[in-house]
Amino acid sequence: MSDQSYLLLEVIRAPERLARLSMADWNRLIPQARHALLLGKLHALILEQDLLKVLPEKPLNHTLSAYLASEKQHATTAWEALKLERALGSLEIPLVLLKGGAYIQAKLPVSTGRLLSDIDILVTRDRLDEVEENLHSRGWRSSKQDSYDDRYYREWMHEIPPLKHITRGSFLDVHHTILPPTAKYKPDAEKILADIREVSPNVYTLSPVDMVIHSATHLFHEGDFDHGLRDIIDLHGLLIHFSDNEPGFWEALVPRAIELDLINPLYYALHYCQLILGSEIPDFVLKQAEKGKPNALMSGVMDWLFMRALRPDHPSCDLPFTSLARSLLYIRSHYLRMPLHLLIPHLTRKAWKRRVAENKQEATAGLP
Amino acid sequence: MTSRISDFDIDHLHALLKSSGLFLKTGPFTYRIRSSVRSVAEGLFLLYGQNRFFPEMEFVDFDIRLDSPNSLRRRFRPKLDFYFDHQTPFKPLPISQAFAFLEWGMNWCVSVHMNQYLKLHAAVLEKNGRALVMPAAPGSGKSTLCAALMLSGWRLLSDEHALVSLHDSHLIPVCRPISLKNKSIKVIEQFDNKALFGPLCKDTHKGTVTHMRPDARSVELDDTPVKPGWMVFPKYIVEGETRLTERIKETAFLKAGEQSFNYSLLGAKGFETMSKLIEACDCYNFSYSNLDEAVETFEKLSATAV
Repeated sequence: MSDQSYLLLEVIRAPERLARLSMADWNRLIPQARHALLLGKLHALILEQDLLKVLPEKPLNHTLSAYLASEKQHATTAWEALKLERALGSLEIPLVLLKGGAYIQAKLPVSTGRLLSDIDILVTRDRLDEVEENLHSRGWRSSKQDSYDDRYYREWMHEIPPLKHITRGSFLDVHHTILPPTAKYKPDAEKILADIREVSPNVYTLSPVDMVIHSATHLFHEGDFDHGLRDIIDLHGLLIHFSDNEPGFWEALVPRAIELDLINPLYYALHYCQLILGSEIPDFVLKQAEKGKPNALMSGVMDWLFMRALRPDHPSCDLPFTSLARSLLYIRSHYLRMPLHLLIPHLTRKAWKRRVAENKQEATAGLP
Repeated sequence: MTSRISDFDIDHLHALLKSSGLFLKTGPFTYRIRSSVRSVAEGLFLLYGQNRFFPEMEFVDFDIRLDSPNSLRRRFRPKLDFYFDHQTPFKPLPISQAFAFLEWGMNWCVSVHMNQYLKLHAAVLEKNGRALVMPAAPGSGKSTLCAALMLSGWRLLSDEHALVSLHDSHLIPVCRPISLKNKSIKVIEQFDNKALFGPLCKDTHKGTVTHMRPDARSVELDDTPVKPGWMVFPKYIVEGETRLTERIKETAFLKAGEQSFNYSLLGAKGFETMSKLIEACDCYNFSYSNLDEAVETFEKLSATAV
C-alpha cells in the first residue's frame, strides 16, 4: 500500500510526514481526507503533532473548518444524549449509545475530530414499542414515509426506520439487536446489554471488547464502504486505546467474539487493521482469531475486495476495479443480511424505485 | 503587466475550461473551474474578466466542474452536474441554467466548508473606509440595493457572504458578481444603463436569474479587509417609504445570528466575534421602494464614518 496516490493513509500512519508535504501534496491530501470524512481527524493529528504553526495556512483552513464542525457536533451529541437519557430514563431504561455517539460520550481519543451523521442507541426488543412511543411524544418521527421501506425495516432489520427530530433535525437510529434477524451470524443482544459500562448517570456504552466487536461487525457487514477507511481507523484507535488502558482486553477479545458468534467480522477487523494501519496486535490474539478466517481462496478474494473498498472514494485513490469491488461488497452485505429468496425481490424493488426517483426531478434540493 | 482573464478571447477561455481549467482567485479563495459548456466560458469572460489570470496556483480550495454526466445523456437529456472534488452534491440542472448553477455552486463551497470566518448571509459594501453589512433573508431586496449602491460608488465586498475575521472582526472581501432575479433585473437596468449582465437563466427555482459585473475598483481591492461601520437590515416594501431607523444592538445581534451560516458552529468564538462586530457597528432597520432615495440615504449614512 505504498503507492503515491494514497497520501492520506501514509500521513495517518506516519504523521511526522505532514511537516514535509509540498503544496502539490496538500492539493491531493485535502480532497482525499474530505471524501474519507477524515478532514477533522487530520486536524486532530496536526494538533497532536503540534504542527499548527509550521504548516501552510490555506490547507489548514480546510482541516480547521472540519475540526470545528466536529467540535460542534460533539456538543450537539452531548445535548441529544441528555434528551435521550430523559426519554429513556422516564421508562427506567438505560441509554446505551453505540458507535460515534459512544466514543464521544466516553471521551475516547478516537472521537477527536470525528464527524458523525446520526446517533445510534440500543434497546431491548421487548421494550422497543414503549421507547418508540415515548420518543414520538418528544418529537422523534420516522424519516421513512414510504410504507415499503417502513415494513422492510420492521420485518428484516436490526433497527427501526431512522428517526428525525421535528425541531432539532437530528437523526437517531434505534437498534434492538446487532445484526438483522435473517443474518448468517446470530449474536445475542441480551449478552451484550448484560455487559454495558456506565459513563455518566444512566448513560452507557458497550464494554470495550463488545465495542470493538460491534464496530467490526458493523463495518464488515455493511455494504457502504464510503467511510470504510474512517471506520478502520476507528477500530485501530479503539484497539490502541484499550490495549493501553484496559487490563485483560486482549485476553477477552476473541473468546467474546466466539461467544457472540461474531468471530468472522472480528477476524477481518484485526487482519485489515494490521494490514492497512500496521496495528500492533499480540500474536496470540491473531492466532486465536484465525478461527474466523475464511478458506485460502476466500481470503484472497476478500483481500482483493477490501483493499480496494477501504480506500477513500476519490478517483485519485482508485486502484483498477475499485468500483467493481465496491459493488461486489454491496451485494455481499445484502447476502449476509438476508437469504436469497428475500434478497432478490428487495434489491429489484430498490433499483426500480431508484429509477423512478431519478426521473422525478428534485433538481433544486440543497441549492443555495 | 498583470494579465487579466479578459486578455483571452472567449474561444481560448473555453478551450482552457475544457482542458486544465481556469484558476480563479476571489478574495481568500481559489477555485479551479472546468466546464465544456460555452455559456460558462461566456459568463466567466464577461463577469470575471477583470480578475487576475493565474496560469498556475499552488493550492486550490475548491476544485469544481460543470458538465454533463456522459455523452449519451448529453444527447437525450441536456442536463448538467456540478462536481466538487468529483462528487455531485446537487441534482442535475438544465444546460440553460449553467452559469447560475456555477455561481450557486461556488457560493455553496464557501457556505458549507469554510469556518475560519464567521459567515453571515449578507451584502457587504464599503465607503469612507467603513463596511456596511446588510444581513437579510432571500427576497428582502438586499441584492437590488447592493447593486444600486455599487453603481453609485460604493465598493463591493460581497453580495452573498459577509466573512468576518475571527481575529479582529474586520470584513474580508470576496468580490464576485451580484445575483439579481426577476423584476430586480429590469429595475437595475433602468437605474443605470451601464450595468453589465452575464447570461440570463430562465425558469430556475428562483425564477429568472442573472449576474451583474462588479466594478473594476472593487475587484482590484479584493484582498483588502475593511473595518466594520454599519449594520443595516434592509426590507423592500412595495411602494413603501424610504425609512432608516436605529435599531438596538441586542436585537441586531439576534437577527444577524439568524442570518449566519456558522454562528452556532463556532460556539464561544462565534459569540465573541459577533459581539465585536455589533459593537463596532451603528445598527439600523431600512425599508425602501425607491432606489434613488435609498442611495441618497446611504450617502448621508456614509458621512457618519468615524
